[in-house]
Amino acid sequence: MNGAPVDLLREVESFVYREASLQDHHEYDAWEALWTDDGVYWIPANGDDIDPEKEMSIVYDNRSRIALRIRQFHTGIRIAQEPKSSLVRVVSNIVIADQSADTLHVKANAIIFESATRRDTIWGARYEYALRRIDGKLRMARKKVVLVNNAKALPNMAFLI
Amino acid sequence: MNQTVTRWDELIHNDGVHGSVYVDPKLYDEEIRNIWFKTWVYIGHESEVPKRHDFVMKSLGPEPIIMTRDGQGEVRLLLNRCSHRGNQVCTKQKGNASVFVCPYHAWSFGSDGRLRHMSMPDGYKDCDKSTLGLAQVPRMASYRGFVFGCFAAEGPTLEEHLGGALEVFDRLAAMSPEGEIEVTAGFLKHKVSANWKLMLENETDGYHPSFVHASIFNVAQSGIGQLYSRESAAVSRDYGNGHTECDLRPQFRKIGTPMAWFGTTEEKLPEYTRDMRKAHGEERARQIMIDGTPHVMIFPNLFIAEIQLFVLQPVAVDETIQHVTALQFKGAPELNRRLRQQTMGSVGPAGFLLADDSEIYERTHRGLTAQSPRYTFIGRGAHREVTDQDGYLTGDITDDLPSRGIWRHYRALMSAAP
Repeated sequence: MNGAPVDLLREVESFVYREASLQDHHEYDAWEALWTDDGVYWIPANGDDIDPEKEMSIVYDNRSRIALRIRQFHTGIRIAQEPKSSLVRVVSNIVIADQSADTLHVKANAIIFESATRRDTIWGARYEYALRRIDGKLRMARKKVVLVNNAKALPNMAFLI
Repeated sequence: MNQTVTRWDELIHNDGVHGSVYVDPKLYDEEIRNIWFKTWVYIGHESEVPKRHDFVMKSLGPEPIIMTRDGQGEVRLLLNRCSHRGNQVCTKQKGNASVFVCPYHAWSFGSDGRLRHMSMPDGYKDCDKSTLGLAQVPRMASYRGFVFGCFAAEGPTLEEHLGGALEVFDRLAAMSPEGEIEVTAGFLKHKVSANWKLMLENETDGYHPSFVHASIFNVAQSGIGQLYSRESAAVSRDYGNGHTECDLRPQFRKIGTPMAWFGTTEEKLPEYTRDMRKAHGEERARQIMIDGTPHVMIFPNLFIAEIQLFVLQPVAVDETIQHVTALQFKGAPELNRRLRQQTMGSVGPAGFLLADDSEIYERTHRGLTAQSPRYTFIGRGAHREVTDQDGYLTGDITDDLPSRGIWRHYRALMSAAP
């Protein structure tokens, strides 16, 4: 949306950068706190327009499953993330694509470098957020991560993306 | 012949396997020829091509296969290679097409594989089009909609190959009020840098869940941990021909509550349980819903994992793709939704279970390249194997019995090769 006020765009960018940083540094609890109570974390497979209620996705977490994912990390014996992937990501091309009364629809691109026990992997993703303001702060009601190679066979991706 | 036998006897002992059998590229090439291109291999399910001219890309080991339903309604297994110059005629994952037109020189083939048309036909004189169709997998057979292909023109039938494990498909189908399985939820493709046999063995390894999956058992309300504990009544089984099972029924019968196998109750699935009673009668429905769905590895590549279907595809000695989808039972929408949700949580690159298994596959593959010790040790429970009433070897759920069965069959196949 070209007409978004500069302040709002800056606030959105700050939110997205903070989320990226929390993921890169495995700050699980702070990341979980970014979600609304009805948050949905979705990583589709086989394209970007499948129906997650009918077809398999890589991740399709409702809020309680997001919490379970975090609890599994906290056990310290989630083998796929022990040792944890070393991560750095660049998030860019952030735009407010649409805006309704209570929701901002934000798009961004991400390039994520993962160094893992297996080998180093570069992930390319399109992010789509639905952000809502709760008690004055932006929160994620939805994050969709479209991996550009999600129609191909993918290796483990057990970190937060 | 004697020399070959000796070599495989040295590589595969009764209680251990030489590391090279997992990591040596030359042995991998041999097993592609002598196992994957000789025995029955699972390809896909008929419900993936429900309508005439539907197609879906599958594989037989490293070989891409187009599974189609032709204009007559017959399922076909076509090789993705133009009979002209060898170009791949199909690049889409799935769809509906009555003809495949090769983009190289525009030869076209029907969904039955027959050559329909050569472009600029004046250049071909006395050319027998009937010999220039797409190649087909020489033998195809299906059971309850599960389609298998075999590159060897002769040999055991599919039913002979499945042997005692044939009944597993009946058990699975009984979970549907309409007696049919559907594979309609799409596949995740999960790649691991590890040899395919590490997956083949792990699928019915009841020893690892307590450790590899402790992280999720510790934080989720899951009964799975109990199934593989020391107190569990579940058993491991070797059906022969490399097919193995974690038979969880004894433990579920001990619990004795319908739908406990799925961590739920009849009350939470009122429509499903009602329809099951209607279909099977009160008593039989109750037994089926207590027993739950099978956990069986069909050699070499089909893993029926209670609520999921895994298809193993070897790509290289150290690379395997696990194709995985939620099982869907015809006439059970209420249950199917939960099957999809639970499957998505458990499997794939970010799954609560499979990401950890896959990490272990990769570390094990790397570990097996070590110079010493050269053999694995799979002797757990060798002293307590028993023959069940049907004549199959069974043991404690945590024993290496399934692995020993897999390797007996593997050694026989590899030794028999010329």
